[in-house]
Amino acid sequence: MRDGEGDSALSRMPLWAMALGVLAVVAAVLVAIGSFGGDTLPERKGPPIENLAVEKTVLEPGQIDLSIRNAGPDEVSVAQVIVNDSYVNFSGGGTPIGRLGEETLSLSYPWIEGNPYEIGLLTSTGVVIPHTIEAAVETPEAGGDFLLSMILIGLYVGVIPVTLGMLALPLLRRGGRRWTSALIAFTVGLLGFLAIDGSLEALELSALGSGVFGGDALVFLAAGLAFLTLSGIDAWMKGRRRKSEKAGASGWQLALMVAIGIGLHNFGEGLAIGSAYAVGELALGSALIIGFAIHNTTEGLAIVAPLASEKPRIRALLGLGLIAGGPAVLGALVGGSVSSDEIAAALIGIGVGAILQVVVQLIPAMKDEAGRTFTPVSTAALAAGALALYLTGLLVTV
Amino acid sequence: MNADGSMTGVSSAEMIDMHSPGGHGGHAGAMFREGRSVDNGFNGFDPTDVLRDFDWGRTSKLPDGRTLREWDINAIDKELEVAPGVKFPAWTFDGRVPGPTLRAKQGERLRINFGNGSAHPHTMHFHGIHPADMDGVPGQGAGLIQPGESTVYEFESEPFGLHMFHCHAEPLAEHIARGMYGTLIIEPKEGRPPADEMVMVQAGYNTTFDGQGNELYFVNGIPFAYMYEPVKVKKDQLVRLYLTNLLEYDPINSFHLHGNFFDYYPTGTRLEPSEFTDTIAQVQGQRGILEMRFPHTGRFMFHAHKTEFAELGWMGFFEVEE
Repeated sequence: MRDGEGDSALSRMPLWAMALGVLAVVAAVLVAIGSFGGDTLPERKGPPIENLAVEKTVLEPGQIDLSIRNAGPDEVSVAQVIVNDSYVNFSGGGTPIGRLGEETLSLSYPWIEGNPYEIGLLTSTGVVIPHTIEAAVETPEAGGDFLLSMILIGLYVGVIPVTLGMLALPLLRRGGRRWTSALIAFTVGLLGFLAIDGSLEALELSALGSGVFGGDALVFLAAGLAFLTLSGIDAWMKGRRRKSEKAGASGWQLALMVAIGIGLHNFGEGLAIGSAYAVGELALGSALIIGFAIHNTTEGLAIVAPLASEKPRIRALLGLGLIAGGPAVLGALVGGSVSSDEIAAALIGIGVGAILQVVVQLIPAMKDEAGRTFTPVSTAALAAGALALYLTGLLVTV
Repeated sequence: MNADGSMTGVSSAEMIDMHSPGGHGGHAGAMFREGRSVDNGFNGFDPTDVLRDFDWGRTSKLPDGRTLREWDINAIDKELEVAPGVKFPAWTFDGRVPGPTLRAKQGERLRINFGNGSAHPHTMHFHGIHPADMDGVPGQGAGLIQPGESTVYEFESEPFGLHMFHCHAEPLAEHIARGMYGTLIIEPKEGRPPADEMVMVQAGYNTTFDGQGNELYFVNGIPFAYMYEPVKVKKDQLVRLYLTNLLEYDPINSFHLHGNFFDYYPTGTRLEPSEFTDTIAQVQGQRGILEMRFPHTGRFMFHAHKTEFAELGWMGFFEVEE
């Protein structure tokens, strides 16, 4: 191992040259396997595997538009389309769709409002790929009216209630340290529930998708990346604060992190509302709006919990409200136009990761005067937080 | 569609306009994408030719003076374009679906030299009156004819009427549904009145091979073929239509004629019609002769009155001209 000559030659070589050498060897072997390896293995037998996912359905009078993606390993050609046992005229998809490729088919069909439709995509090999429209409803146009509705929904369910929740701040300040840690425990319980709820929702949504981008794995990846990104940002902010020797100012920072986490969650919430609205499945009653408002008011409370001992600054508070509530507007807009269940699931996954990161940050802040994290009061508050969201959540089933 | 394609006469766009009398939001009814038709050149047969393509075979005299009528028929595996852009691995008699329309006269001796050029074992089972060893089923007579082998089926041409033949190898439904069927017409001694004669064989393609109904329905091998290229007939002339049903996987087929009525001769075994109607039903293997005269010129639809079959391809037009 330690024979002088070769070892010293290697050690004299610059690091970048060594790295290049290793890369070159890896590349050469991979190219060789790629070029000749395939011939040493038998070819796949049997017919091509054809798999198309319908990612979005848009209904206009006399027309049904399907956004389809090739979710299988082989090329697919849609030769003909059947709607409720009848061949129909259509345009689009004239060329074979490659792996992960996208196409939009425009079907000419006099659909009737409220009826279910069974669509069959007949491929060039005679395979029929089915797609069901549960109940045909005209898709709202993404025009000015739609934009305004989505902004209003976002304001009602996001910005306004979150800001309202902050009105509890004066009460907090009177309550003292014990109350503050109880309230933070309440927030942790609330966020914990949101994380579980969001995960379930994301997985449910990803099951509807084609799985072509990884499905459930993509949800976990999105959550993990969000968690790591926020942890990094948090560490960076702490470092800067230490430099400016303002170690005591962590209440605002904590509130900001909570606001970001809740904001990302509300993005997911807006997404769900927007996409339900877009496919005509959302009954926009006042009950739903009030339900969301109550639900999200508790989130405002969570944001101000770390601020009990801080000086109140109205503009900063409004800023936090906007960070936490504003993404609901954005989410509603995206949800109304995003074409993939899988992408929507990943976006909700981001919210879950963000919330978990906030939970990790908040747990140390739960400590009471004696430095205990779990006390009878804090555990009761944890449970209360989870229950509060569970119960208000019952009001809002999208 | 190939250059010499199937759109003789009317363009597909005209057909679509015609098909849609307006007021349906531009929806032109059941059709293939953009009103296209299949590539008859690729398939090697044209449904319009199949209509009036009667194969009388070749004849010779037997020692007793009677006529021996003889055909050579081969089983051939062939990929067909069954809808524009959709390929189907068919099994055929003589490379077409339906197989040939054999025609003979009452009182003749019929001989079919069958060669199996397919990769699968097949038989030819004729409907008619014949000895057990000529029945063309596995285990009797020549039984299954293996790939590359051949046999001779020989029997009397009885009874007169409209009959059919199909492969009887197992799995039976698939052997028929893949396209192995054809028509045998036996003329009565006294003949029938002169007419514009044509044959239509009702069937379907189960392109998914799941045995659950069919994805495509048609007469004479190609769905919607006579929508795009109507069957031309003359006003007031007698039209005689030999109609058979070889549909697999669905229980009942039917035929409905627009704007007219017809005399119906079940199985064609009597010279008197049983019914004057515009709609008849046929189960698998059932067949009959339809006779009609069109008093009006113009286009008249004909289709299965099971709308599902019609809109999945089993519909067409008669075009009546002066």
